[in-house]
Amino acid sequence: MTAQPTVYSDNATTILLAGVGGQGTILAADLLAKTAMANGLQVKLSEIHGMSQRGGAVTTVVRIGEKVNSMVCCEGCADYLLSFETTEALRNIQFLKKDGMLLVNDESIKPLPVLTGKATMPENLKDRLNDYNAHLVPATRLARIAGTTKCANVVLLGALAAGLPFSTESWEEQIRAKVPPKTIDINIKAFHAGMECVQE
Amino acid sequence: MQFLSGNEAIAQGAWEAGARIGAAYPGTPSTETMQAFAAKEGVYAEWAPNEKVAVEVGVGASAAGARVLCTMKHVGVNVAADPLFTAAYTGVNGGLVVLAADDPGMHSSQNEQDSRFYAMGARIPMMEPCDSAEALQFTKAAFELSERFDLPFFIRSTVRISHAKCPVEVGEREEVELRHYSKDPSKWVMMPANAKPRRLELDRRLAEVRAWTETCEFNQVIEGSSEVGIICTGAVYQYVADAMPEASILKLGVAWPIPEGKVREFAASVDRVCVVEEASDYLSMQVKAAGVKLSDTVQPLPCYGELSPLAIAKAFGKPVPEHIDTQTDLPGRPPALCCGCPHRIVFKELTKQRAIITGDIGCYTLGALPPLGAMETTVDMGASISMAHGFELVMQGTKHRPIVGVIGDSTFGHSGITSLLNTAYNNGAGTICILDNRTTAMTGHQGNCFNGITLQGRSSREMNIEAIVRALGIEDVKTVDPNDMLATRDAIKKAIANENELSVLIFRSPCALLRDSFQRKKPYEVTSGCIGCGVCVSIGCPALSRDPQTGTAMIDRDQCVGCGQCQQYCHYASIVQED
Repeated sequence: MTAQPTVYSDNATTILLAGVGGQGTILAADLLAKTAMANGLQVKLSEIHGMSQRGGAVTTVVRIGEKVNSMVCCEGCADYLLSFETTEALRNIQFLKKDGMLLVNDESIKPLPVLTGKATMPENLKDRLNDYNAHLVPATRLARIAGTTKCANVVLLGALAAGLPFSTESWEEQIRAKVPPKTIDINIKAFHAGMECVQE
Repeated sequence: MQFLSGNEAIAQGAWEAGARIGAAYPGTPSTETMQAFAAKEGVYAEWAPNEKVAVEVGVGASAAGARVLCTMKHVGVNVAADPLFTAAYTGVNGGLVVLAADDPGMHSSQNEQDSRFYAMGARIPMMEPCDSAEALQFTKAAFELSERFDLPFFIRSTVRISHAKCPVEVGEREEVELRHYSKDPSKWVMMPANAKPRRLELDRRLAEVRAWTETCEFNQVIEGSSEVGIICTGAVYQYVADAMPEASILKLGVAWPIPEGKVREFAASVDRVCVVEEASDYLSMQVKAAGVKLSDTVQPLPCYGELSPLAIAKAFGKPVPEHIDTQTDLPGRPPALCCGCPHRIVFKELTKQRAIITGDIGCYTLGALPPLGAMETTVDMGASISMAHGFELVMQGTKHRPIVGVIGDSTFGHSGITSLLNTAYNNGAGTICILDNRTTAMTGHQGNCFNGITLQGRSSREMNIEAIVRALGIEDVKTVDPNDMLATRDAIKKAIANENELSVLIFRSPCALLRDSFQRKKPYEVTSGCIGCGVCVSIGCPALSRDPQTGTAMIDRDQCVGCGQCQQYCHYASIVQED
């Protein structure tokens, strides 16, 4: 097999987080960036605010490495695509690198055109994702077991962390520093549940 | 090291440079800059009603001797252009730095204009950082340069600078003494007799700036192969560095004026030279004007939208990675008015009256999207009211659909007031709806003159919209609760029926995301009486959906905020509040 060409000469790792406004993609991206920084790496994080906040589709890009130039993700270039929702995984599938890792929350959130009956959800969503070797993460269920569905984003971060070269302690340190004090234990539990679910 | 966005880094740079005063109007992607500046020790910062006012406050504070930061989005520079063009003539006393935050790709804007043309047009030097670290460094330097050359300085960012984070080395604040102000009409009174000599003086100062750009550390050559040289600025530099690591690069940190000598020298050092820039031909025009012949890329660069390393690799004929096809059968996921949004019923009722709705800039622009589809025009801040007047001028005396302008509270303060003044003064008719949701919602809930919340929490007062409207001589003014469907319908019908007079309806209810003033109530549920008529889902609430098989309504109780808007549209009393 010949190596794929790259458009990033910085050789940094590209992680694309996709979801729906309000799902906590930005918190997860921030924890990822801080953990990479604490491990001595360069980091760039790029997000889109504005119109997209009102329940629209959102994406955040985190690029980490010894050196990082660009802050955007190109088609065929994401080493990891971490999607917080099934249709958003498909909406961003063109960004996934050949042999890149696809991690998807197994939950679907219907967009407004579907709610009003003007459009329908794609059929066989999970089969289509499986065709792209997706790891489906039952993030909402695992988050509920951990204590609250609100920490589904940290479950997904745990699933991503399983493939990244940072110690569990360094992830936990960033989670402790970032989340509200009362929710630290729940979030740590959620993080481990996500990590274990991919390793199994 | 701190992990800062470009906006936070610009605020930090201004603070480190000793800036004392900040003035701005919110606008994506610039907003967080003034919020971050306002949170720092030893500064005064305020939201102004619009960008023109902010810059005028800035010019005054600069004249009085302080270092000043003004921030705005690209279209805000249009509003502020009037003082800016003349501030180049007056120059400064304390350093004056103005952020122009552009939005190539139009993530949250109505156009993708390039603010670098303003630098050229107004003759105000413009620095363009390529990441947060440079954003801090360039902003700090810009204050000193502004004073050295007696000129305001622009900082240009784009969304990928303003809203991208990277580690930044921060420093201490350097306290800068206020510079002495003394009366000097030849500098500050720009009437023709003074402006003419000042015009020549401006050119003299710019000649000094041009000489400085040739040697300053902000314009850098990154040496590579002599085959191809690329000239670029800002975030685009990062994409070029990734996609074309073998190329020689001239990275311009000063976007205007460009160092013409250095540009010619760079062009002469390579076999062919290309300009790579985003959604604009500003830089290629500048480089050509310097006498450099530009080469074409193998494939043309996209002429609009954002660039990326991939787009640049393609343009230079390089192999690019394969990727899975874009999936084209997915339902869209547009943003929507939130659950409990007080704008929803107003739009629903306006569409029932088949009104021609001239819209404006804010969350309520989302009323243009299906299922409401309740907006026929959106151009710029304040245009709802003035465009409604234009429609009315042409259609009056004919049988026509009612004409209704819809504007938010903050936008009304920004430039809707002058539009309403015009309609009132010229005896215009029609209906204006002011949607007062007690905040500047779209940009993240900033204070404004109508909610009386100031940027640094100083006490103020809530301006009275009704009194302002009445003071213009408009008599048909009514305040309505937009969550009350029948009251809203009745008020709209009466205002529209009042054909020969200008009517103003003020719909007042807090934004559903305002935690302190919006009261979430028990969620609603659908009973077995639902016949699946579909009327309730036509108001476009994200908590409401229809069963695909039976067509009956369903309410997502986690999302429902208990506003009861949908219940008022149910003819079968089948939507009820939970006990």
